[in-house]
Amino acid sequence: MARELDAREGQSPAVHGERGPLSCALDRRSFLQCALASGAALGACEFAQLLAPIPSWAGPQKQDDSRFTVEAKFYQKLPNKKIKCKLCPRECTVGDRERGYCGVRENHGGTYYTLVHSRVCAVHIDPIEKKPLFHYLPGTLAFSLATAGCNVNCKFCQNWDISQVRPEQVPADYAPPKLVAELAKQHNCPTIAYTYSEPVVFSEYLMDAADAGHEAGIRSVVVSNGYMQEESLKTAYGKMDAVKIDLKAFTESYYKDVVVGELKPVLDSLVTLRKMNKWTEIVYLVVPTLNDSDAEFGGLARWIKTNLGVDVPVHFTQFHPEYLLKNLPITPVPTLERAKAIADAEGLHYVYIGNVPGHPAQNTYCPKCHRMLVERVGFTASRMLIRKGSCPFCQEPIPGVWHA
Amino acid sequence: MVTHGSVGSRLSKILTQRCDVLINVPVLKDHDGAGVTIALKNMYGVIHNPNKYHPNGCNPYIADLNMLPEIRTKMRLTICDATTASYEGGPGYKPEYTWKNNALIVSQDPVALDYTGWQIIERKRAEKGLKTLEGDGRAPHYIATAADAKHRLGSNDPRRIAVVDV
Repeated sequence: MARELDAREGQSPAVHGERGPLSCALDRRSFLQCALASGAALGACEFAQLLAPIPSWAGPQKQDDSRFTVEAKFYQKLPNKKIKCKLCPRECTVGDRERGYCGVRENHGGTYYTLVHSRVCAVHIDPIEKKPLFHYLPGTLAFSLATAGCNVNCKFCQNWDISQVRPEQVPADYAPPKLVAELAKQHNCPTIAYTYSEPVVFSEYLMDAADAGHEAGIRSVVVSNGYMQEESLKTAYGKMDAVKIDLKAFTESYYKDVVVGELKPVLDSLVTLRKMNKWTEIVYLVVPTLNDSDAEFGGLARWIKTNLGVDVPVHFTQFHPEYLLKNLPITPVPTLERAKAIADAEGLHYVYIGNVPGHPAQNTYCPKCHRMLVERVGFTASRMLIRKGSCPFCQEPIPGVWHA
Repeated sequence: MVTHGSVGSRLSKILTQRCDVLINVPVLKDHDGAGVTIALKNMYGVIHNPNKYHPNGCNPYIADLNMLPEIRTKMRLTICDATTASYEGGPGYKPEYTWKNNALIVSQDPVALDYTGWQIIERKRAEKGLKTLEGDGRAPHYIATAADAKHRLGSNDPRRIAVVDV
């Protein structure tokens, strides 16, 4: 889920018209309401005007629109019209007319369908730093979207009003892949980002949107919990140009109690992404008392070093109380600094502190000469000194995708 | 959003705003996850996210959900429709696994009602030569959870349940 990435900006995280400047689904009325309510920074009105002349935009959609319903890609048929979902490690066995845990896939007579293809319930134009991806096209915008649904249920979810609902419970509109690519291009976004809720559950849409984007010269990035089966990960995220994985803790007990998932498959996904050579960054949301011990930070850093290498950016981000975890305080900055110090000491090269505006650990420093190479203010890169993928001072290569 | 233990859900406004009293009218059915679905699990119908509460045989989700004050204080009576009941293949309707039981089961104690309904389903399963739900790996453990010291939603002790045929 998109929890961590939104923890700060997530004060107005995602979704409905009244919630934030760009918080609108793709229908004209919502856009107008949104603009009126918030004085939209990017201009919801402008957005709506841009949408209207596009022939492929069919206008506001009914929630039962059959165009949202497309056969799922990852499942297996069982006797008695049952199916076994092969998308995530949960492997829900789903009877006829029933849905899986994610709530966005339904069995109709022994055929499994996604109900959220092109069913966009949140769309924003965000700096890519907000995903966060720090080593991927810094200073650029990402055309960011979500559908309803998630395959876990993190107690700290900040976008629970879209991630923990079924598609018919949240306003959404029909945004077919070509329209998404077209809009991204019009808004000078070199990437489409699948984010906010949990893109695992809208894999079919994400794959089609990535294809449409690539045809139009737009790349795709995904912000995900990585709780997937190897096959679906390879197939769906194989189409991504960069991936951000929320590694929510380094203990199975936390995954069981706080996330309602499992750690092992997420670690497996990270290793698979490494083997696939996908540009990957990791976010670890530090929740006071639940996943903030030295042992966990150390274990995590050693595991990353051994299995993924020292060049994977790791973001320790600040938790804000929300949803089912309102009884814990905001993560103290010294806790985040302790996490960073431990990971630095283990030898990781790019350890960031996230959701703490103005913190120097938001910047990228050369691991060799230690000079600042990318300065970030808020969610934008204010200075970018990396040239041809290297430190301009000592020529040390800095891994990442720095230029389009 | 209301919470208790493992549960955090939005409730139907019909329950929270329109009704003073809830009379629960479930059907007596077999359930592939929970074992059986009768009075307590029927409350999955008043929340927005029932899909999240099916792991581990719906346990402890069913018991936790019924602890929500809006449900616990309003549910005064359960009238279970056991006229046509299912003993296998539930919760979906599979005519081949139903029987004409021609009964209503009425109780103010939803736990006692679920325990009693479970036993009726077990007797029918035995009659049909099927494994017990325990043997099938899906005994309704949620019933014991609902009765435990943390929940006390009712009694699952057969010595304290009087089944009165009328």
